[in-house]
Amino acid sequence: MNQGVEVVGLYVRDQEEALAFYVGKLGFRVHTDVRNGDYRWLTVQHPDQPSFQLGLFTPGPPVLDAATAETLHAIVAKGAMPPLVLVVDDCRAAHDRMLARGVEFTQEPVDRYGTVDAGFRDPSGNGWKMIEARR
Amino acid sequence: MSGVAANQDPKLLRRLLRAKDRMDAASHEDWPVQRLARVSDVSEAHFARSFKEAFGVPPHRYLLTRRIERAMALLRDTDLPITEIAFQTGWGSLGTFGRTFRDITGNSPGAIRARARAAAHELDRVPVCILSAAHRPDLTTAVSEKRRREADDITGSSEKEVL
Repeated sequence: MNQGVEVVGLYVRDQEEALAFYVGKLGFRVHTDVRNGDYRWLTVQHPDQPSFQLGLFTPGPPVLDAATAETLHAIVAKGAMPPLVLVVDDCRAAHDRMLARGVEFTQEPVDRYGTVDAGFRDPSGNGWKMIEARR
Repeated sequence: MSGVAANQDPKLLRRLLRAKDRMDAASHEDWPVQRLARVSDVSEAHFARSFKEAFGVPPHRYLLTRRIERAMALLRDTDLPITEIAFQTGWGSLGTFGRTFRDITGNSPGAIRARARAAAHELDRVPVCILSAAHRPDLTTAVSEKRRREADDITGSSEKEVL
């Protein structure tokens, strides 16, 4: 086992909805889905990246009080969480495929800086840049 | 309804974000309140106040700010005439563009262009001294890429907006 970052979590408004988005529309796989009462530890993984998990977490009890959770839900919905970057082999092809599956794009693919990039959001409001890998 | 930002319904905020995203993606287009309200699926009467509560600025002001940002990028990265930049970023008149530009940046478009050019020349000198002392492959790529884009822009390719 190598050292490094294994899980980075996102706040999502609804874990079922997030699961349908990241697995059904983006093609990620479920890595761990464990419940303990109301708490659900849910992580997904890019099929090409077995050493990294993206956590899909809902802010709320028992980890956070209701008022804090409400604030976090608002921040996510305003698109104020930090940007995320997805690297793909072919940005235009990925855009077309994802658009057909109903992904909400905020920016069409654009050629610049020697590559192609596009922008989309998950249902909660988390913003992704999708960048074509430089060859 | 207390009017405190934290109490806005996240579902409403998510829809307001959609209107903000649409302005970001096409800031050169006209965005009357009824169009934005439709994107967010809220009433026209409710839209402007909700948007300001969510994002801290009224929607029209937000749009103007985005247009000025884009105009600044075009002033910096291209040799397009200022009239053409005003037109490309969504203004119907050069006068309105110049006035709004000065309101927001405190300078005229011409002054911003001159300053950006001067700063760019200083940046262009950075890699020469840094690269002689250190290996910075990313920096080399970025600078050569910037030069290539500048060359492209001179030949007339247009710049899309940057997130």
